[in-house]
Amino acid sequence: MWLWFHRLASPKHFYRVAERLNPWLGSATLVVLIVGLYWGLVIAPPDYEQGDSYRIIFVHVPAAWMSLFVYAVMAGAGAVTLVWRLKVAEAVMRAAAPLGAWFTFLALVTGSLWGKPMWGTYWVWDARLTSELILLFLYLGFIALQSAMEDRRTAARAGAVLALVGVVNIPIIHYSVEWWATLHQGPTVTKLDAPSISLTMLAPLLVMALGFLLHFATTGLIRARCELLEGEARSGWVRELARRRRT
Amino acid sequence: MQEFLYMGGYYPFVWPAYGLVLLVLIGTPVAARRRERRILRRLASQEPRGKTSA
Repeated sequence: MWLWFHRLASPKHFYRVAERLNPWLGSATLVVLIVGLYWGLVIAPPDYEQGDSYRIIFVHVPAAWMSLFVYAVMAGAGAVTLVWRLKVAEAVMRAAAPLGAWFTFLALVTGSLWGKPMWGTYWVWDARLTSELILLFLYLGFIALQSAMEDRRTAARAGAVLALVGVVNIPIIHYSVEWWATLHQGPTVTKLDAPSISLTMLAPLLVMALGFLLHFATTGLIRARCELLEGEARSGWVRELARRRRT
Repeated sequence: MQEFLYMGGYYPFVWPAYGLVLLVLIGTPVAARRRERRILRRLASQEPRGKTSA
């Protein structure tokens, strides 16, 4: 087990594992998302107060969860980058950033599309919404930093520092609905003892969340492969791959 | 079917939300795959011709 982890730290080995996992992760993502979409849009009953508008939560909540989860992955990889200088960790960090930005963007837009009919407004500058917007800026700042610096490895280290400093925003987002008076509702699902959501709605929500997670794993690994190819362009294994591709 | 599309009157909010999500969920892996293929093609064109092994 330990040995297996050790080998994953080698770019060549990581690339091969990521390549082999890809078809499985990809098909699992597809199946789970199709089931989740059908369940959420067709099978789940309309809400007695919100009618069909609440169906937006089946994409909004998974996107919001992923915006935080991807950041945790990015910051974790950032810590490994700073401490051990692993190229694989750098690749994972850079692979995650744009996907996290997309999930954050989706959480913001779908939330505001739900807010308009339910709250009467697309946007309020309250704690939850504002801190999630700051998360988007953190992602965009990381991405900008990566393209602003010439040397990839220096850029990765600088990005890792930015990612780690930004971690302070994560608990702020999570607890914002408890610390401040806000329009956004409090946690519904993570009250594990008694989630205040009906099982007929919770089940499709969790399926969609799993689908989003699988989507991130699939796409993140493809992106990590790209990062490894670019970072290791001159190493033997990448050149071998390139040669085999030509014949 | 019509009732499904009408979404209890919330269609102007539900469908753009789902549409955008699907666009991103499909677009990101497709873009990533294209990028990988592009990188490999570029790297392959930089390799000297006629050799199969280092």
